[in-house]
Amino acid sequence: AFFWLVSLLLSSLIWFIAVKASDPRDEPLQKGLLIFGVMFSVLLQEAFRFLYYKLLRKAIEGLVALSEDGCSPISIQQMAYVAGVGFGLMSGAFSMINLLADALGPGTVGIHGDSQLYFLTSAFMTMVLIFLHTFWAILFFHGCEHRRWWEIMVVVVMHLAVSGSTFCNPLYVGSLVPSYLLMAIAAAWAYLLSGGSAQNLRRFLLCKS
Amino acid sequence: MITFMNDSDSEEEPCNERTSLMSAESPPVPSYQDGLQASEAGEAQAHRKRRTGSSRSPNNIADGDMSESGVPVRESTLENEEEELTLKYGAKHVIMLFVPVTLCMIVVVATIKSVRFYTEKNGQLIYTPFTEDTPSVGQRLLNSVLNTIIMISVIVVMTVFLVLLYKYRCYKFIHGWLILSSLMLLFLFTYIYLGEVLKTYNVAMDYPTLFLVIWNFGAVGMICIHWKGPLQLQQAYLIMISALMALVFIKYLPEWSAWVILGAISIYDLMAVLCPKGPLRMLVETAQERNEPIFPALIYSSAMMWTVGMAKPDTAARGPSQQTWNAAEDGRENHRSPSHADSQVSETRTPVPTRPISSFEELEEEERGVKLGLGDFIFYSVLVGKAAATASGDWNTTLACFVAILIGLCLTLLLLAVFKKALPALPISITFGLVFYFSTDNLVRPFMDTLASHQLYI
Repeated sequence: AFFWLVSLLLSSLIWFIAVKASDPRDEPLQKGLLIFGVMFSVLLQEAFRFLYYKLLRKAIEGLVALSEDGCSPISIQQMAYVAGVGFGLMSGAFSMINLLADALGPGTVGIHGDSQLYFLTSAFMTMVLIFLHTFWAILFFHGCEHRRWWEIMVVVVMHLAVSGSTFCNPLYVGSLVPSYLLMAIAAAWAYLLSGGSAQNLRRFLLCKS
Repeated sequence: MITFMNDSDSEEEPCNERTSLMSAESPPVPSYQDGLQASEAGEAQAHRKRRTGSSRSPNNIADGDMSESGVPVRESTLENEEEELTLKYGAKHVIMLFVPVTLCMIVVVATIKSVRFYTEKNGQLIYTPFTEDTPSVGQRLLNSVLNTIIMISVIVVMTVFLVLLYKYRCYKFIHGWLILSSLMLLFLFTYIYLGEVLKTYNVAMDYPTLFLVIWNFGAVGMICIHWKGPLQLQQAYLIMISALMALVFIKYLPEWSAWVILGAISIYDLMAVLCPKGPLRMLVETAQERNEPIFPALIYSSAMMWTVGMAKPDTAARGPSQQTWNAAEDGRENHRSPSHADSQVSETRTPVPTRPISSFEELEEEERGVKLGLGDFIFYSVLVGKAAATASGDWNTTLACFVAILIGLCLTLLLLAVFKKALPALPISITFGLVFYFSTDNLVRPFMDTLASHQLYI
């Protein structure tokens, strides 16, 4: 969570500087700057995910060195999961919490002609992003562990795609549907990478021992 | 504001104690080595007993100084085990401290966001006489710096006074001071807090009920904090009084002064704990020379052991002064945990000879805990509360400060595990908190607001 926060800080710093240095009345420029800001932020988030992976790697090495039987009490997959949840929660909290606070107060959604589904779609989008961060972290760490750079690239591209799809808002079908599809793909992939299989799933669902 | 000023006199003292840090682990070298070796050996032994059933006699450890010289071979294994134990329990300590710090902050933020009273400006404490309603920015800055200087010097003077009192054994005076200040906190501030909360939610309460509630709350609090009580109840009371104190600070400190004071107090903290001539360091050293635990009711400890039910020879050997305080158990527990973050005049180790090592073996390893001074709770909560109060109504800033403080606490505990001596808990967390507050408020907020208005997600 802290790492995500720092990445957000740096990216907003860049955006802020860019905005202050540009003309505030120029609408397309502002929009362009915003898009640039979003993309840059995504890249920075992934960079920080990588840094966090490096840090956790060192921590695991330390734990292994100190433990009695040569294996650390917490595996890299568990750490990947926790990292993903941390990233996701922080990103979700930052997206939603002001909305929630405002939702407590009086008002009408979409009174100025905006979409009336604003809160609902924000909630769904946030949820899908939180899940996606979790799965991306698992995929990312797996890719780093096994040196499969294409996995990492896929994660980055997926993140860019999801963020980019939100530019379609308020045409929600353009952003929510692809995001959920991508989430399903990422979920299945992460599940398979973590050692799950269709057999495991069936056994679990049918409550066989 | 006269009442507050008067009360503040006695309340400043716990404030100062709370903010001052103690290196409980930098006493005169022999007894430190003594204690450390003993605790290491004790833990290793307790550990080993479970695994290999080693036959090392407990009396070895009571030899104190001798044990240092005689064990070069066992050193490395001891160290290794010690390291592992430290790291394993390091994570546990972190969690044990996260929960109370989080609870305190939640109470403060919830109150700030809902009860208007604590965000209204109704005057200032006498410790910050310069007003901030000045026409120019420079003047305002100057006033806040002057306020800070006054506040910090008050704290330093109080701390030095406390050290002197302790040095010249004026225990009754110190006890009286502490009892008076906790009385005031538990009764007066709770009364005001309850009154404001009831006003906010428009709930009517008659005076007899109020009297009953406050009397019970306060009396049980006094007993729990200064005498004996269930651990969790004591922890809950300590959290509550920290929150109340933080709320008072948030209300009565003007904005810029508050930020400058936070910065200055973390610097003071750093110096008071780590410099050889720091007042707190001297306090701990004196306490350890005399082999006494220091002030109860000013440290939050996350785990304690109860000696009430244990029929052991050593309890009889303990001095009567130690018996009256929970601090005694804190001391014992302190002895067991080589790493703790004392941000205050914290416990010293009770001496090894009066505690036969049989007590080590009987103790579960989970009994070890960490100590954090109440001053840290207060200033963390002040930071987060001020962020909640003055950050343009933004929750992101509050959340960012909260995460920053917790990460700072993590780092401090990590350093503690590495250095194995008491460290100031304020500087890292407050620095992170301040950095994140100002950057989130000024940089991240416009970015997130723009993103949210276009419903873009990053």
